[in-house]
This record gives sequence, structure tokens and C-alpha cells, in this order.
Amino acid sequence: MFGWEFPPFNSGGLGVACEGLSKALVSSGVDLTFVLPVKLPISIPWCKFVFANESDIDEEQIKDLFSGYQSHSRNTEIDQYGLPKSISGSLMQRVKAYASRVPIIARKNKHSVIHAHDWLTYPAGIAAHEASGKPLVVHVHATQFDQCAGDNINKEVYNVELEGYRKADAIVTVSNRVKNTVINKYGIPSEKIKVVHNGVEFQKSDADVPEFIKKIKDNGGKIVLFAGRITVQKGPDYFVKMAEKVLQHEPNTYFIVSGSGDMEGQMIRMIAERGLSSKFIFCGFLRGKELATIYRDSDIYVMPSVSEPFGLLPLETMVSGTPALISKESGVSEITSNILKSHFWDVDDMSDKVISVLRHDKLCNYLSENGNKEVKNIHWKKAAESLISVYNSLDDAFSMFLLPSPPAFESAKVPSF
Amino acid sequence: MRKYRVFDVGQNSDYFNDNSGTSLDNKAIIEKVAHKCYLPANAVLLQNIKNHPDFKASFSISGVALEQFEKFAPEVINSFKALVETGNVELLSETYHHSLASIYSPEEFKNQIKLHRKKIRDLFGVTPSIFRNTELIYSNEIAKMAEEMGYKAILAEGADHVLDWRSPAFIYKPLGSENIKLLLKHYRLSDDIAFRFSQQSWEGWPLTAPKFTEWVASHNGNGETINLFMDYETFGEHQWEDTGIFEFLRHLPRAILERGDIDFVTPSEAIEKYEVRGELDVPFYVSWADTERDLSAWMSNDLQKEALKTLYSLGEEIIYVDDPELIEDWRRLQTSDHFYYMCTKWWNDGDVHKYFSPYESPYEAFIAYMNVLQDIRLRLEAAKKKQEYQIALNKVRPLRFSEI
Repeated sequence: MFGWEFPPFNSGGLGVACEGLSKALVSSGVDLTFVLPVKLPISIPWCKFVFANESDIDEEQIKDLFSGYQSHSRNTEIDQYGLPKSISGSLMQRVKAYASRVPIIARKNKHSVIHAHDWLTYPAGIAAHEASGKPLVVHVHATQFDQCAGDNINKEVYNVELEGYRKADAIVTVSNRVKNTVINKYGIPSEKIKVVHNGVEFQKSDADVPEFIKKIKDNGGKIVLFAGRITVQKGPDYFVKMAEKVLQHEPNTYFIVSGSGDMEGQMIRMIAERGLSSKFIFCGFLRGKELATIYRDSDIYVMPSVSEPFGLLPLETMVSGTPALISKESGVSEITSNILKSHFWDVDDMSDKVISVLRHDKLCNYLSENGNKEVKNIHWKKAAESLISVYNSLDDAFSMFLLPSPPAFESAKVPSF
Repeated sequence: MRKYRVFDVGQNSDYFNDNSGTSLDNKAIIEKVAHKCYLPANAVLLQNIKNHPDFKASFSISGVALEQFEKFAPEVINSFKALVETGNVELLSETYHHSLASIYSPEEFKNQIKLHRKKIRDLFGVTPSIFRNTELIYSNEIAKMAEEMGYKAILAEGADHVLDWRSPAFIYKPLGSENIKLLLKHYRLSDDIAFRFSQQSWEGWPLTAPKFTEWVASHNGNGETINLFMDYETFGEHQWEDTGIFEFLRHLPRAILERGDIDFVTPSEAIEKYEVRGELDVPFYVSWADTERDLSAWMSNDLQKEALKTLYSLGEEIIYVDDPELIEDWRRLQTSDHFYYMCTKWWNDGDVHKYFSPYESPYEAFIAYMNVLQDIRLRLEAAKKKQEYQIALNKVRPLRFSEI
């Protein structure tokens, strides 16, 4: 399995997904080798790690390296950080450098199926495929069309993606939404694609309520949360417009923004222009327990993403018992029902729903309880089982893994009218 | 009810008109069902009566349904009038607003029945003497209230947990009442038509008029009346025309009548013709909904309970305010369907297909509904103020010179 990042050295959902999937695959009996481009101090007990580049690098450098997201403008400055020559250079150069080291790894490590995550690792996956002749599965967590939120895409990246989809023996997408993009924008036949929705593994925070939140709550205030990268894809501008409407009806509401990104400045300007600065709290990029605490202590989490291939965060807030409002333009909306949904552009509808949750405790509690119940059934084990059946269809060696039994569909009951 | 948003509160009080052409648009829905169900089904029944003067049927039509037909499809009203004029069709009483008032407010319940009685009299020139409650909701208590209102009989679901070893094919008397009889739905035979008619996996499929007649006839000797109660939209809407449902309806009268030992009766005729064979104790609520046959479709989750509680607590003041439009809107908000759309019984299984609703989710239904109640609350406050002001005005009215 080829990855690009791995927690705690990750910038987004890709690393989290790789962690969840690899763990579930191994516990389902798959003998997994996980390959990463550079040497990282990872101590994961469940599988063997191989690094394409064994040279040691220090933590500061790692921090700047792991990201594949375009929003991190530092990527272009990487040369200046004095990294080992072989891993410096532009993102595209690093992607190619990663691939160039793969044939040796492919020959050294016995395998029956190759699995590559997102375009950053497709060249590596293809290199392995050509070296060993084993079937290639590419896993699409996002496409260029998601990350650029429109048709203004990076042509070079598009070509890498297209080559990956064409050379793969099977394609796995994280949602029907992504599947449709791969069909419509890349001309890939639908039979080649299987949808495997992500799972979630998250711990509800047991920390004390932070002081600043306590103050808001003691005054009867409510908290609406925005979390994730502040980029055009995540719709921070719609969040601000929604906040303005909510405040007209529920003035004692505060909006917490957790995350960072290239639209942060623009978002802050929008807030200032509307005179809402005293209602917004920016807490920067949070992770781990701090993030979980904010999840838990918010009254509602809003994800107004313009385009979200999957969207893991609403599942994490559901685990934390906080209701979520998500855009219909997200993959996660395909598998969740005890959640509120709006179109990202429908600011009125979003505000209406947020205000209702803030006003009606019964609605808030009901979403919280039932969302929490529902999310218990969205786990990585299910995703791993689907993946194993994909492997099975490609390689006989995998037939030793029993196919997961099909979910028992409840026979149709008599409807009432 | 349209998708009423928080921004509409206090701005406009037009809750029920939606011109979207979607499933929230009452006009579009009425026109659709009129052509798929009511008009063709009524035409078949009218022809049946002409061909077989001994064929009988009866209807319970809510006031809100009648109003919408008058507004959007008056030809449906005319077709019902033609049926009633044959003398073979009986009309029953129910609550005007198809409400759950029988559970929440006995006074409101009786008011709505009176409104419905008047509507039926105005439109059809008849006064019903048999009562059937919303969704066949029934209990000893409800029978008692219907008795107090002078009804000769009441309809109920012949649920297994009510009947136990007894048969629904006899007439009963509700426990605690003296002058009202109880007609129980034969749910197996009714549901054979209403739910299973087009189910190809069902052993009874395909259901023909002779086959159904056999099943009915098998009760001869151990039953007196087979009560087939069903949603009228069974014909053409739940079971589409291409399933052959209209053909079935067309052929049933002859198949039954040519045997010579079974006949059709209206509920009024049934209670005249047959004796009470036993007393039935139903201390809890039963309905014809779902497999549970209880109230869970309308009042099982916290959202439904919250909405109902808020609605009826507003009512305590609304009925004393002199604002007929406000009272009417409040009554329209009592229609049981509003609460049905908030039901999460099926939603939680992730089986969205079982969620019959014009809303995208139970949550959307709740949000729109509570926004409307907020507007109702504002109107109530305004109406109260106006009333107080007028009273005050009268009190301090200065004496005019001429009055001295």
C-alpha cells in the first residue's frame, strides 16, 4: 500500500483514512506493507513500514514536507530548507522521485496486490505494477475537481490522475460523488469503479470545558463550529454569510473557527466588513484532544463545503455527540441520515437549520443521540471488508479471505398510508 | 405545509400554499390523485351501483380533503355527490381536520366533529350517524365521546391484541358505553387488497374477484359482517391502474352477489341487521397504522411530542381569542400528517424508502413546523393585545356631550 502521509504527520483526511484502513485491513487478516515517500518516526504496531527515502530528516523539515495540498504555499519554498537533495524540489518532482525508488521496493517486498492512495502515489503504484506485474488498485480520496472547487484545474496533476485511473485494474472511490467525477471528467467506465465509503475512529473528549467556552455558556450563549482547512473548497465565505443571518435572530451566538488555510485572511476581512468580529473566535489548527473538546462543546458543527469528496469531520462530531449540518455536495451525506443537510449556496436554508437547532433543545438532543447511534455503524471494518472483496476479484491469492457476507436486507414490511 | 423558514416568521402567515410543483404543492398533489384515483375509482363505483343495485359502499372524507377538492378539483366533489345520490353510499363523520384531537383535547375533538358534520350537510345534504376517527384511532374513551355526540356506531381496527380469540366478523359493544356499537376492520382481507394486491411474492397473487369472494365466503356460518376498511387511494394511487386494481373493483360486486348468500351493506345497515355479540374492552389506543397498530407513527419521538405539546398548549388561549383565521390555521396544524412526517421509526433504520413524506427528512418537517408555531405565537400575542385594547377602549370611552 502506497501512501503519502500518515498521522501524526498528516495535513488532512488522506492520512487519517490510510491509518484507519490499514489498521482494519490488518485486523481482517491482510498482510500489509505500507510505503511512504520519506522516512518518518512512525511507531505503528499493526503493519510493516517501508520508506522510499531512508535519509534522516528532522521534524521541522517533515512538517513542511508531508503536505500534498496546494493550499500550503510553502511547498515552493522547500528548496530553501536544506533538505536532502533527493527529496527537495517541487511537489511534482517529489512525486516522481517517490516513484523512481519504488521498483526496488516492489522487488524486495513480496505482495499480491498494489494499492495506491490519491494522485501523489499513483506514479509510485504504477511503477510497482510495472515492476512486479501485480494488479493495481487506485484509491480516489479526491480529484483535482474537488480540490480546486471548479474546472480551473492543474493540467499536470490531471494527467497523473488520468494515467492512474487508466492503468489501474480497479478503482476505489470514497463516495458516489467522486465516482461520478471519475466517470464524467475522466471518461472512466463505471464498471471499473467501486465505492467504498470511509469509516471513522474517534474518541469523544473527556477533558474539562475550556474557560472561554464556559464563559459563553454561562451567559446562555451558543456555539457554532467551523473546522477544517480554510480554503475555497470548504466554503468559509458561506459560513460567514450564514453567521450574519443567524446573528440577526440569535444574537447570543458565537462562531468558532478551527483550522488554517489560504482563505483565512479573506475570511477575517469578510467578518470585519460585516462588523461580526466580536462574535468570531479563531483558534488555529487544532488536533487531538483539543479538537475533540471543541467538537464536544459546540452546539452545532457546520460544514458548508462547496465540494467534499467524503468529509470525515461530521462523523467525528457525531461521535462527540454534536449535531452537524453538512452540505449536500459532500460524500458523507450519502451515508448519514441523522444529520441536517443543505446546499452550500443556500445560506437561508443553512441559517434556518442552525437557528432551529440553537432554539429547540429537543431537536439538538435528538440529533445528538441518534447521530451518535448511527455513527457507530460507520466503521473502517466495513470499508476493509469491501476492499478485500475488491482484492479478491483481482487476485486468487486473496481468495483465502472469506468474502464478507452481504448485509441482510430486511424484507419489505407493509407500508402504512 | 410549505418549507416555512425562520425568516418568514412575523413576515407572512401563509403556511399552506406552495407553488413549487413539488410534493409540497397541494394543488399539484390534488390534481395528481384526482386523476389517478378519485375520479376513475368513483366512476367504477357509480357504474357498479348502476349494474348491481345491491352494491353498497361508504366513505369517510375529512373536511380538509373536501376543501382542497372544492378548490383544486371540483369535479371530484361532483362525482361524490353523484354517488351519494344513488342512496347506496353512506358518508361517515370524522374530525374536520383529520386531527389527533381525540387524544389531546376532548373539547376540540367535539368541535371538529361538529364542523365536519356541517360540511357534509352543506355539501351532500346528509347527516352522518356513524363515526370513524382519524387513522382509525380508537379506545373505550373515544367510543364514549362518540356516543355522547349521538353516534350509533364507531369504526375501529380489528387488531389481534384487541380481539384475542374473537372474530372481527361480528358487531361488538364498547366497554363503558350503552348506545353505540363497534364495527371492527377485518384487517387480513382489507390488507389483501390495500397492501398485498400487487405483491407478486405473495402466495395470493394474482388476486381476482372470484378468489377474493371465496375467502369472504369461507366466513359463512361463523361471521355476520366482513368490514373492509381501507385508504381510498388504494385504488389507483397505492396500487396503480396497471396492477389491475380497477378491474378487480369492477368485477367484485358480481362475483359476490351471484353467490346469493352474501350481500353488501353500509355500516348503518349492518348495525340494524345484526345483534351485538359481545363487549370489547380497549383501554389503550389502537389505530390502523403500521404493524404496531398504535400511535407511534405520530407521537413516538421527542420531536413529535414537542410539536404536539406546543401546538395544544397554544390552543388553550387561541380558542378564546376572537380571530377566526388564527383559529383555523391552528386547526389546520393539527392534521395528523404533520406529525407523521416527523416520524423517525423508519428513518433510523436508514431505510429511506419507507419514509413517505414530502420533506427530505423528519428534521426538515420539524423545523418548518416549529417555525410556523412561532409565527402562530406572535399572532396570538398580537390578537390578545388587540382584544385587550378594545376592551380598554370601551372602558374609558369618554362621555359625549349629547349623552348627558
